Amino acid sequence: MATTCWGLPEVICTFPAIDTTTMRETRRAIDTGFRGLVREWSDVIDATTAPLQTFLNVLERSFVGAPWVVVLAVLLLVVWAASRSWKTVLGAALAMIGIGWVGLWADTMVTLAMVTVCTVFAVALGLPVGILTARSDRVQSIVNPVLDVMQTLPSFVYLIPVVVIFGIGKVPGMIAVVIYAVPPMIRLTNLGIRLVDPEVTEAADAFGSSARQKLLNVQLPLALPTIMTGVNQTIMMSLAMVVVASMVGVGGLGRNVLQAINNQFFTIGFLNGFALVAIAIIFDRTSQAFGKRLQKHREAGHG
Amino acid sequence: MDEMTTTMEQTLATAADPDAETERAGIEIRDLYKIFGPDAKHHIAAVKAGMSKDELNRKHRHVLGLQNINLTMPGGKITVIMGLSGSGKSTLIRHINGLIEPTVGEVLYGGDDVCRMSQTELRRFRRLKTAMVFQRFALLPHRTVLENTRYGLDIQGIPHSKSEPTAKHWIERVGLKGYARHYPAQLSGGMQQRVGLARALANDADILLMDEAFSALDPLIRMDMQAILLELQEELHKTIVFITHDLDEALRLGDKIAILRDGALEQVGTGQDIVLGPANEYVASFVRDVNRGRVIRAATIARARKPGEALPEMTVQGYLVLEKVARRMTNASATSAHVVGRNGKSLGVIDLPTLLGAIVTPVTADTDS
Ligand SMILES: Nc1ncnc2c1ncn2[C@@H]1O[C@H](COP(=O)(O)OP(=O)(O)OP(=O)(O)O)[C@@H](O)[C@H]1O
Ligand SMILES: [Mg+2]
Repeated sequence: MATTCWGLPEVICTFPAIDTTTMRETRRAIDTGFRGLVREWSDVIDATTAPLQTFLNVLERSFVGAPWVVVLAVLLLVVWAASRSWKTVLGAALAMIGIGWVGLWADTMVTLAMVTVCTVFAVALGLPVGILTARSDRVQSIVNPVLDVMQTLPSFVYLIPVVVIFGIGKVPGMIAVVIYAVPPMIRLTNLGIRLVDPEVTEAADAFGSSARQKLLNVQLPLALPTIMTGVNQTIMMSLAMVVVASMVGVGGLGRNVLQAINNQFFTIGFLNGFALVAIAIIFDRTSQAFGKRLQKHREAGHG
Repeated sequence: MDEMTTTMEQTLATAADPDAETERAGIEIRDLYKIFGPDAKHHIAAVKAGMSKDELNRKHRHVLGLQNINLTMPGGKITVIMGLSGSGKSTLIRHINGLIEPTVGEVLYGGDDVCRMSQTELRRFRRLKTAMVFQRFALLPHRTVLENTRYGLDIQGIPHSKSEPTAKHWIERVGLKGYARHYPAQLSGGMQQRVGLARALANDADILLMDEAFSALDPLIRMDMQAILLELQEELHKTIVFITHDLDEALRLGDKIAILRDGALEQVGTGQDIVLGPANEYVASFVRDVNRGRVIRAATIARARKPGEALPEMTVQGYLVLEKVARRMTNASATSAHVVGRNGKSLGVIDLPTLLGAIVTPVTADTDS
């Protein structure tokens, strides 16, 4: 003992942990208590998650079930509408065809559906919270520390409470993804609104705008570049988390990656990884190009 | 000297209201104090008892924004508020449309106290009665010139079919015809401020608040904008409150000038009053280098006709500044002129030597040294 412990007393050498029996008892008490609680509320939880489940299923089915040509056409149309750049559209087309060719079309559709839903939810949740945060310093002083904690938590840790409360499946996965992806949306909406030139908001006040008119005419449009950065980051984080959420039963490319890791399937892992990177790039390029296009009017010079 | 002052009084009566009376209400500021800080009301008594801005800041960490302001801004006239940076000009003008609430005091417009209005009343007041022009233009970058101009009307809920013709009219009036579809970023600073002006005018409000509206523009453009404003005011007769820290601008635009220092009014009067009779050393140091030819009016230095002196053939209006009189007399090769008031009443005569003397030497002994 003395050799490993420099001759110091036991307490200092080995960490004085609670003895195993106490630990076991406590753990059991907490776990059963919690499980009981969840079970008691399970009706409520099921009732609230049921519509989400249906929504997700419908969307996933329509993505997977529709003929690939239609999906591809719609996707390219969206990319074109947002970016107005043939290069981006061409890149997206090639990537999607490649994905389909190696047999990952269906899995990609599942992932796309999931990312779409999660992004929509995260934006729908983050935007109003961001606006509230920008409106009041008090709200900001509550929201910001929460976001700090959320953003320092490793993504795996999100899965723990979600799984305990909601179990395993698509909806718990989606909840984890939305929670993980929402902070940049809140932060950047807040920041964008707070950075709006105070003279312009004062002008809005001076002309007698109501709070709502000021928000819609001045604050949101001027904060839009920052908000779009938030949307972009939210999309990227959704995608990243959808892969991690395959651990709690979300399907798609993420599950393939997880299986590949577990079984050391090199090629499958590689292909699925590539498919993920490809959609990530498509999302990123498209949303960034859209953000830039909204800024056209800021360019000087006559047009 | 005696003669001087009597003619001067005469003038002020005429020169101060060059045009027919307008029925616009004036703005009346009464016993207004503004202290910035969490516990402002608490320090009012001390300030009233004479505590200075410095002392208040040092001892209590509160900023004295305005103190003991009593000021009438006549309807249909341009009142200029002048002062150095930090003297409280912006604070004062923002009290008029309620963007800042006073610590104590009243801002009366047509019998209503702006400071007592509810949020709804205040919004209505801002929409219908006031318009504002900002130093850095404060245009909406994502809206075209036309959309910016009709902004105030949009806020009021006026349909585009009605607001667009109005907006187009004012865009033309400020000289931006053909730019309606441009974005602010595509315009120069001077043009952007024209949009700011058009936006304010499109509102058709009685009160026009201009906070250093031309300060960000370079001198030539600035003169242009002053000319545009004066030209528009000729026909619109709005109650304009104009802020500047530039004396020349104040003298050119102001029917009435108020000088602020550390939140207190130092002197209020016409440009001529201030140049000819600065109330104290501070104001005197301001007006020392001013171009008198642009300030003093013919009526001020017109003297009574000497017995037997013939009435000069040339006639000049009493409200004209000496520079203009000199130019006209030189053009007409006249050595003297007959000065008449607005109503055609004779105010006396003016001759070249007196004219030159008034332009180059101080009229009152202690203004210049
Ligand atoms: N919100 C505020 N909180 C604290 N102090 C303020 C506030 N607004 C203005 N002040 C102070 O009040 C004084 C007057 O400010 P104001 O902006 O009215 O000056 P100004 O004459 O418009 O100056 P400038 O020419 O620089 O625009 C200054 O000392 C300023 O620091
Ligand atoms: Mg100011």
